[in-house]
Amino acid sequence: MSDDVDLSRRHFLGVATAVTGGVGAVFAAYPFLASWQPSARAQALGAPVEVDIGKLEPGAMMKVEWRGKPVWILRRTDVMQERVVESGDYLRDPDSEQPQQPEYATNEYRSIKPEVLVVVGSCTHLGCSPIERFDIAPADLGPDWEGGFYCPCHGSKFDLAGRVYKGVPAPLNLAVPPHRYLTDTVVLIGADSGVA
Amino acid sequence: MSNSTHEAGAAVTGRQSGFYAWINKRFPLDRMLKEHVTEYYAPKNLNWWYVFGFLSMLVLVIQLVTGIFLTMSYKPAAADAFASVEYIMRDVEWGWLLRYMHSTGASLFFVVVYIHMFRALMYGSYRSPRELLWVFGMFIYLALSAEAFFGYLLPWGQMSYWGAQVIVSLAGAIPMVGESLVEWVRGDFFISDITLNRFFALHVIAVPLVLIGLVVVHILALHQVGSNNPDGVEIKEKKGPDGKPLDGVPFHPYDTAKDLVAMIVFLIVFSAIVFFAPEMGGYFLEHANFEPADPLKTPEHIAPVWYFTPFYAVLRAVPDKLGGVILMGGAMLILFFLPWLDRSPVKSLRYRGWMSKTALAAFVVSFVALGFLGTQPATGMYTILARVFTVIYFGYFLLMPLYTKYDAVKPVPERVSHHG
Repeated sequence: MSDDVDLSRRHFLGVATAVTGGVGAVFAAYPFLASWQPSARAQALGAPVEVDIGKLEPGAMMKVEWRGKPVWILRRTDVMQERVVESGDYLRDPDSEQPQQPEYATNEYRSIKPEVLVVVGSCTHLGCSPIERFDIAPADLGPDWEGGFYCPCHGSKFDLAGRVYKGVPAPLNLAVPPHRYLTDTVVLIGADSGVA
Repeated sequence: MSNSTHEAGAAVTGRQSGFYAWINKRFPLDRMLKEHVTEYYAPKNLNWWYVFGFLSMLVLVIQLVTGIFLTMSYKPAAADAFASVEYIMRDVEWGWLLRYMHSTGASLFFVVVYIHMFRALMYGSYRSPRELLWVFGMFIYLALSAEAFFGYLLPWGQMSYWGAQVIVSLAGAIPMVGESLVEWVRGDFFISDITLNRFFALHVIAVPLVLIGLVVVHILALHQVGSNNPDGVEIKEKKGPDGKPLDGVPFHPYDTAKDLVAMIVFLIVFSAIVFFAPEMGGYFLEHANFEPADPLKTPEHIAPVWYFTPFYAVLRAVPDKLGGVILMGGAMLILFFLPWLDRSPVKSLRYRGWMSKTALAAFVVSFVALGFLGTQPATGMYTILARVFTVIYFGYFLLMPLYTKYDAVKPVPERVSHHG
């Protein structure tokens, strides 16, 4: 009955329509998916922050907010700095081989200045905020604890340079955010080059 | 149920008149009622385990109705969300009741769904020809989990915030694209107002629509293949001269009557919780969530709501981030493959041997134990136990092709039995 129907032509038209429609659907989907990206306002609010650390005492730590994350600035005492340098084999990445810090913080202190540690206080496991535990050998963390950061969520431990211990769920050292010193006591967090 | 629809149409004109006939000429109301209610034949030996599908639908309705009314007073903005929930609790007339019904409904949804799924495991309801019914059910479970997760951020308490933080970060474990994927989901560099706003949209529109659609296809698939029963006997194989299953009874009034009794018992329990223990000692509404979200301060102890704790325990049992995420996802997704893992010649546990019975018992114990461990801190003994029970959990599925194949089985009767 379909003697005068050109089936190959019908097939071609069917496939051509489906392909064109499919391409159109992909193009139409893009704006919807892209609308989930951080908006211009969110990006503006994620701009760098200036912090004056002139009044930070040795052994004290301050927390500032950058992109909704806590950034810790710890002025390490001489004893703390010694402990960082002496660090033993209980660390997963003692030499900071993983790219968790900018180049200028890839050193034994993980910082620009040996005494000032700047890290994002957000656990590399699942983003909880660890707690500063500078007490030595407390009951809950055991006799080998020499001070550092402890994550209450899943028990990850970090030393005084934010380096992760072995055998804990966090895979990486705490991230060092891009930062630079505007003056000796003012640090800019969130940018390390260009005009602030 | 598949008996001719043409006859149904003819019966309408003969039996009914007036408005009902007018409707049926324009809309297949009578035909649908017959096909899905009055002439849907369910096995006559269905026991009390078979009320939980109906109860899930009941809770879905409770959630939809209370949810719609909650959106009328709730504000999906980081600055206002927590206060607007308190406003609902204190200032909106009967607002506390609406909210407690919704929060209790969320937990009881999972209670009835877990029992409903256990029933399927027990009687082999996922076996051929019900594989697709089971797969649709699993999609419902995933959608329900998504719905619960998005909803839990909305009160914008500490546990809302940090729970979302933990779960969203899971995507960050994916190599290469992980971090940008997390940023895309959040729409920001952290869980923020933007994230809250979009989770609200997903919770009140997107996922409920998907959920309702899935429930419809789940029921259509059920009515296509017919309900399983505690004996695992196919009632369609023994039909009387009238073409109706000998062991079948019409869903209405026989099963609706039973479901109504279950509904009353369920609503008594539901009301008791809503009125006397809406927080359920921190299991239904976690204590930390009565504090507003603070992005700079993590609560001492983060645990998801009880219905996710088994999977959370699996996540934490693995000392590797990506491995933990894969295993946790696997713990949920492996359920999809159940129809093809089970090689037993019989469906119901009633006619299976000790191996299948032991395996199911071990699975239930491991699921409950993981659920408990997920609420506890991940330290020392608890971590070791979580690993042991994770192995048992996966063992139930991965060893299933073996133990169901070699297990001794009893002969299955021709017709359904009545000892249930």
